[in-house]
Amino acid sequence: MRSKNSGGRQMAAIAAVVLFALLGCGGGGNGEKLTIQNAGSDTMVNLAQHWAEVYAKIDTTVSVEVSGGGSGTGIAALINGTVDLANSSRKIHADESERARSNTGSVPVEYIVGYDALAVYVHKDNPLEEITLEQLAEIYGTGGTITAWSQLGVNNAGCAKDEIIRVSRQSNSGTYEYFREAISHAKGQSLDFKLGSVDMNGSKDVVELVAKTPCAIGYSGMGYATPQVKMLRVTRKAGEPAYAPTVATTQDQTYPIARPLYMYAPGSPRPHVQRFLDWIHSEAGQKLVEESGYVPIPHTAASENAGNP
Amino acid sequence: MRNRRRLETLIERLIEGVVWFCGISAIVFVALIFIFVFREGAGYLFKGLNLREFLTSPEWYPTSAANKRYGVLALIAGTFSVTALAMMIAVPFGLGAAIFISEFCGAKVKETLKVVIELLAAIPSVVWGFIGLTVMNPVIIEVFHAPIGLTVLNGGIILALMSVPIIVSIGEDSLKAVPDSYREAAQALGCTRWQLVFRVLLPAAKNGLLAAVLLGIGRGVGETMAVLMATGHAVNLPTSLLDSVRTLTATIAAELGEAPVGSEHYQVLFIIGILLFTITFIVNLVADLVVRGIRGK
Repeated sequence: MRSKNSGGRQMAAIAAVVLFALLGCGGGGNGEKLTIQNAGSDTMVNLAQHWAEVYAKIDTTVSVEVSGGGSGTGIAALINGTVDLANSSRKIHADESERARSNTGSVPVEYIVGYDALAVYVHKDNPLEEITLEQLAEIYGTGGTITAWSQLGVNNAGCAKDEIIRVSRQSNSGTYEYFREAISHAKGQSLDFKLGSVDMNGSKDVVELVAKTPCAIGYSGMGYATPQVKMLRVTRKAGEPAYAPTVATTQDQTYPIARPLYMYAPGSPRPHVQRFLDWIHSEAGQKLVEESGYVPIPHTAASENAGNP
Repeated sequence: MRNRRRLETLIERLIEGVVWFCGISAIVFVALIFIFVFREGAGYLFKGLNLREFLTSPEWYPTSAANKRYGVLALIAGTFSVTALAMMIAVPFGLGAAIFISEFCGAKVKETLKVVIELLAAIPSVVWGFIGLTVMNPVIIEVFHAPIGLTVLNGGIILALMSVPIIVSIGEDSLKAVPDSYREAAQALGCTRWQLVFRVLLPAAKNGLLAAVLLGIGRGVGETMAVLMATGHAVNLPTSLLDSVRTLTATIAAELGEAPVGSEHYQVLFIIGILLFTITFIVNLVADLVVRGIRGK
């Protein structure tokens, strides 16, 4: 299924490139067309393509070439100096930044281009409504003691053996790393996931599996919600109010597991790349973030952030 | 006339050369692939990897922030449990179908069955995986009251369905290769059909049938996409058929894409590739020895 998806994206990417090439020929006359190579995060690839398509109409002198492959791939390309902008759904690691510096001679520059709320999904018939980060750490993290739905105080009738089935992501996705850090933070110590979680290969697969498995709990971007699953309200600590993942709760930071979506440039960006970044941070660019199912940067922050990381 | 003959000789030489080139290039390609896989993994294999921990620890934490651990025992157990179950299902069904097609059915049924089995072989593995994920998962939950249906059982059934066509077509070929004089002699001695099959044909076609089974096992060990989707991809030492597991191949498929090139994690994935190479090499070697009948001596 993953291959099907990325195949589709690849096709779309090729189509976009061909389209840009054609546009370039048609509108030629004033010299060479500038290209922006943009690669990385699977979470962000649809959004990035959306940006590229719309931006092509606004600035006809620049074409943006988008490919996915995952946050790790994008940052690897940044280190090798083969991209102008790397998309990442996690923060760059210090050692990666250092390797990029020693390879290309300049320190990567970070831009926050939007937010994504990680929703915690359960089957639609599951009576559970809310969960704390500590409970999530007990369910997912090493040394955690919660293994049954009854320990969360619910009678999950659809689940025959009361066992919690943990649905996770493959171990090098940005989503996996972010969720691991979130539960580590809740416990105040560095945690790994318990072995034996069911690891799916894509954000969409997680939601599909939870929809078909009454015993399951899983995490994935909020944009993937369907009527067959329920998004839990999440709270930082027991006793505090719990919040559902929405645009508003993500923007005011009351929803506890929302993460920024990043773009990294190798050193300070060239003028045409900077223009593209400014446009992404503008109202028009941020509107596309919301249209793609993610959370735009709150308005004041957006204007501060533009071109000034 | 003479010219024509000369041309024919020339064409023959040419074809000979092409065939020779094809044969040699196969060897070259296999050697190059092996060298590539080995080279990518070798750095960490000889410097840094604790081979004993690698093979005996079930702790697979390639991206842990605090403590990276590379233990593939659970992945080996996953691969073998799924393959073993698949063979338990596929061998009796596959050989049974081969015997039925070659000895017991009429010409029309035979042709239909062969076409259907070839079609079964042509279904892409990602489609099998999708069936495991979306069709079999709820069925297994319902029937066995299991918490999740992505299990050894699910993967084993899917792999069995994928291996059966290979076992049937090679098994049928080797039964067909038994000379008719054997059948005639057995019938002349008054054998029933069952006696003919069990006492004459199976022993006579033994080598071919074993080769069929071993090729089926090879398919089971090497299959990636279907098991990635159907077994749950969970690092787990299975204790029952209703446990989720993860296989060696699926681990490479899922993680290689995002492992930074040249990193430890990347190299360990190539070492898993070397391990798989070794396993399939052993399976093929055994198959080869069996086909040559060395085992019988």
